[in-house]
Amino acid sequence: MSGVFKDKIVDMKMLREDIFRMTILSEYISSNAMPGQFVHVKCGDDSEMLLRRPISIAFADRERKTFDIIFQVKGKGTGHLAGKKAGDSIDIMGPLGKPFDISESNKNIAVVGGGIGIFPLLFLLNEMSKSQRTVSYLGFRSKDLIVLADDFSRLCSRLEIATEDGSEGYKGFVTSILENHLPSENFDMIYTCGPAPMLKKVSKIAENFGVLCQVSLEQRMGCGIGTCLVCSCKTKVKDKDDWKYSRVCKDGPVFWSSDIIFD
Amino acid sequence: MANMDLQVEISGLKLKNPVIAASGTFGFGREYAEYIDLNKIGGISVKGLTLEPRKGNPPPRIAETPSGILNSVGLQNPGVDAFIKDEMPFLRQYDTAIIANVAGNTISDYCRIAEKLNDADVDAIEVNVSCPNVKEGCLAFGSSAKGVAEVTSSVRKVCKKPLIVKLTPNVSNISEIAKAAEEQGADAVSLINTILGLAIDIHTKRPVLKNNFGGLSGPAVKPVALRMVYEVSHSVNIPVIGMGGITTGEDAIEFFLAGARAVMVGTANFANPKACIEVLDGIALYMKNCNLTRLDDIVGKLELN
Repeated sequence: MSGVFKDKIVDMKMLREDIFRMTILSEYISSNAMPGQFVHVKCGDDSEMLLRRPISIAFADRERKTFDIIFQVKGKGTGHLAGKKAGDSIDIMGPLGKPFDISESNKNIAVVGGGIGIFPLLFLLNEMSKSQRTVSYLGFRSKDLIVLADDFSRLCSRLEIATEDGSEGYKGFVTSILENHLPSENFDMIYTCGPAPMLKKVSKIAENFGVLCQVSLEQRMGCGIGTCLVCSCKTKVKDKDDWKYSRVCKDGPVFWSSDIIFD
Repeated sequence: MANMDLQVEISGLKLKNPVIAASGTFGFGREYAEYIDLNKIGGISVKGLTLEPRKGNPPPRIAETPSGILNSVGLQNPGVDAFIKDEMPFLRQYDTAIIANVAGNTISDYCRIAEKLNDADVDAIEVNVSCPNVKEGCLAFGSSAKGVAEVTSSVRKVCKKPLIVKLTPNVSNISEIAKAAEEQGADAVSLINTILGLAIDIHTKRPVLKNNFGGLSGPAVKPVALRMVYEVSHSVNIPVIGMGGITTGEDAIEFFLAGARAVMVGTANFANPKACIEVLDGIALYMKNCNLTRLDDIVGKLELN
């Protein structure tokens, strides 16, 4: 279940010139949120901006009754949101969508994130049990675009960073390190979020190595609760040689990679 | 106000109040049932139904525009049979009117869907001749008086339910089209469907929507909708259901003054799942403040300068 709330912003941090971390006080969302879920945020009172913006939940602190969203300023909506400060109120729906499937029986886990797709993975790592070994593979275009490396480092067993220009860590795509490591690593689950070409590649690698893989997708959304049918992605129809459009907001945003048809 | 009466009857379709959730914005009610009491709204016009299931158009299907949105969903739906089997039992748990919005590629499609719905427990049929996002049917019929007359007369012959024809604003003379629907036996008209539009991404130099063009809705279209509701309600004798950007009770009152007997709330549901209830409360508040007890006291009461 989710709800519509007027909650209070308790902290606002700039992580990078264009990336902000907002902490929101919300007993309901902080206690009900699961990794992979998102909140649907009204970015301002400006009636010109009709739609809410879907933003993944990046952290939840159940004791302090807060949760965090981390977002990049991309347009008018997120621009408005970046102007908010601690003490302001915010109109939020959530938690929404299907979360990651987290099973404690999986002992050896790879988390693969690219660019601004890494944020929901932070929450995922935080919810993993201590008995689970986690390796994070994070990809960025260059060193100066890296965010949250310390947070990830704290929450996982090992952190691998790739930059496209080689200014930090491995030079190249993050999917290449994953591919290189898979034969020697014994992963029983891969979780991934990031740009579509990366997700497609990770899914392919997972399939080749026979590892289960969960993918968190992004799409332009309307209602966020599954009625308007605008945020579609192609998925396989079970037991049939057919496909359908599934709703990223309601059937996802997390899907099994084997169910998705990447164009 | 104890003696306030918000009931309306649209040619045999009884509504407990004049606020209906608009087709395509409310699915089959399931998701909104988590946020509002569906028993409180006058009716639900369900997602447009076709004879066979439809996959819809490729994404992106939505673009935000100033005070509006463009969509190109393309009538994704499970088909009329699955609707009757899987969705009607859920909807019938609620005391609200169920309006089946139907769309076809051909006149025969419209008739076959209407026949199937005769035996289903729906309260009315809304013939969609106005979806701008499909290649065949719909708007091809809806953009001429001749096309609307053909669809209406054919469906009328087989349809045993109150028959509403949903009109497109993408025409030069909407009154002529409304008259054609009335002459061929429509019990009511609803308007407006979306206005055909285009949003461009200047960085990719391509349309934002994969389908290129889409239907504009939201507050941006309200003045156009009001003008058309006014014109149509002065051209036909059948009831007019008004819609287009209604977000508040005040918006709905404008539509009543222009001549609508009931209203549909669409795009507003996306940002505010409680929009239908808030519109209803706003109507009641306006009537209370003006000491009005019946909707008839305001319907069509607009006086031109």
